[in-house]
Amino acid sequence: MPDTLWFVLRRTLQVAPVVLAIAALNFVLLHMAPGDAADIIAAQSGGSSAEFVAELRQAFGLDRPLYQQFFIYIARLLTFDLGYSYVQHRPVFDLIIERVPATLLLMLTAIVIAFVIGVLLGIVAAMRHRRLLDSFVSVLALIVYATPQFWLGLMLIVLFSITLGILPSGGMATIGAEMSAPARVLDIGRHLVLPALTLGLFYVAVYARLMRASMLEVYSFDFITAARAKGLSETRVGLVHAASNALLPVVTLAGVQIGHLLGGSILVETVFGWPGLGRLVFDALLQRDLNLLLGILFISSLVVVIANLLVDLLYGLLDPRIVHK
Amino acid sequence: MSAPLDFWRRFRRNRAAAVSFLVLLLITLTALFGPLVYPIDPFEMMGRPSQPPGRRFWLGTDVSGRDILAGLIHGARVSLLIGVAASLAATVFGLLVGALAGYYGRAIDNILMRCTDFFLTIPSFVLAVVLIAIFRPSVFNVTAAIAIVSWPPIARLARAEFIAHRDREYVKACRALGMSDIEIIVRQILPNALPPVIVVSSLLVATAILTESGLSFLGLADPNVISWGYMIGVGRSVLRSAWWMPAIPGFAILITVLCINLVGEGLNDALNPRLQRR
Repeated sequence: MPDTLWFVLRRTLQVAPVVLAIAALNFVLLHMAPGDAADIIAAQSGGSSAEFVAELRQAFGLDRPLYQQFFIYIARLLTFDLGYSYVQHRPVFDLIIERVPATLLLMLTAIVIAFVIGVLLGIVAAMRHRRLLDSFVSVLALIVYATPQFWLGLMLIVLFSITLGILPSGGMATIGAEMSAPARVLDIGRHLVLPALTLGLFYVAVYARLMRASMLEVYSFDFITAARAKGLSETRVGLVHAASNALLPVVTLAGVQIGHLLGGSILVETVFGWPGLGRLVFDALLQRDLNLLLGILFISSLVVVIANLLVDLLYGLLDPRIVHK
Repeated sequence: MSAPLDFWRRFRRNRAAAVSFLVLLLITLTALFGPLVYPIDPFEMMGRPSQPPGRRFWLGTDVSGRDILAGLIHGARVSLLIGVAASLAATVFGLLVGALAGYYGRAIDNILMRCTDFFLTIPSFVLAVVLIAIFRPSVFNVTAAIAIVSWPPIARLARAEFIAHRDREYVKACRALGMSDIEIIVRQILPNALPPVIVVSSLLVATAILTESGLSFLGLADPNVISWGYMIGVGRSVLRSAWWMPAIPGFAILITVLCINLVGEGLNDALNPRLQRR
């Protein structure tokens, strides 16, 4: 047990320099952006004098040496102060944090759907190696890898919302409808189907290919031959013996994909008007709200770091060999 | 048999790759010479807006009455240019980082790889969006932003290759002969490390084209040139009445990226014949 605790502690501490580096990158980008906070406020208050701008700079500490500004910036980050959105007139942190749940809901749903379908497809493809279904999985993967996600979303809207009329084309809930709690959950679920499918399909292909490759590798091991020699059915060998051993490498890759998933989420949310971080990015771009954009970069990087940490810890607990390395 | 011919013979064995190569050649020729053969300004209003594909406008017109076929032809230029240039820049930079880290090892390796891991951690699409928003969208800036978020995988791969080669006998022999490090890196190890890097870098062209289309869709495109992603964004507003408008440029992206991926696989078969196909 102390080994496990030590592993968790060590792995968690390794995150600190990465977070600092993310903060440093944000600070550098902030200074590359044209105009600082003082300029923006001055511009908003209308034709202000040079003295007023200088006063503002002093108030914000923008007249100090760069390294001092960096320390101030870090100190503010530690109190979750990501600056102020002068466009939306609210603290950046508040704007972002209220959008995180929607994005997490979308990402989690997409990844769970993708994982389940992808792993199942991968298992079946490996068990039917070099037959019709195996080729189908490979062709599907090729096409999915080449499809722009946001375009896929638009095409799904055309098919399911416009032509068939069975699913809503955007938003997260039916606006202005009086509903009981279970009906509301169902309503959100209906709105979730298309964006989650759009976002998830790419990873269905990813997991299917990974699982297939991992299965095929396991199939070459001696214990599979032993299981077959015992006279177990091919279904049992495939599902119980091969699949359970092939799953672990696929789990690690789930963590690696989170940054990519978040990028896809931005585009998919924009297509479906899903009220998460992605939509916030789109709005921030329209209004040229750089403070908000940088805040989103910071928080989303943080989300990726934490998610990777959790997957690492989970993997360590699933596979004791890693803890003792 | 001459080397290029030999290469083509091995490449051709993967039939999907050979066909994709020809399609890609066609798309490239269209991008290069299409505007000469079909000299229509993709930004000019040519007819009634939102016409479906027909005899006068083969692929129809968009919401502003612009010829979609002209947009598609000009868009091919931007997509291919940005895709190839971004991949090339990312490859050169990634090779540089990977070569130094792999060849010298120790502290240099440590520092460079921490940087690489860091860039792998940040959500690359968000970083690209922020970079372009700060520096304004232009063909150059979009290319640079995509390159900045794409180099880490190349660096990792190149590093692994250089580590595999740095202690081989031929490298030791070169050192004993008094060759400088730069000469060993560039003239001895690099040619051996290049084949797997070329494969990944060809696949990077596909990713870059997809990223570019996503950025253009969000409005982060050079306003002076037309691109496929921008055309999808324009067509999105009339999804209900004219689904073909966003469908056509999206399909162009799909075909192009698909062909690049298949060519990449073919390159892999031809350049690394000893590697087992996944």
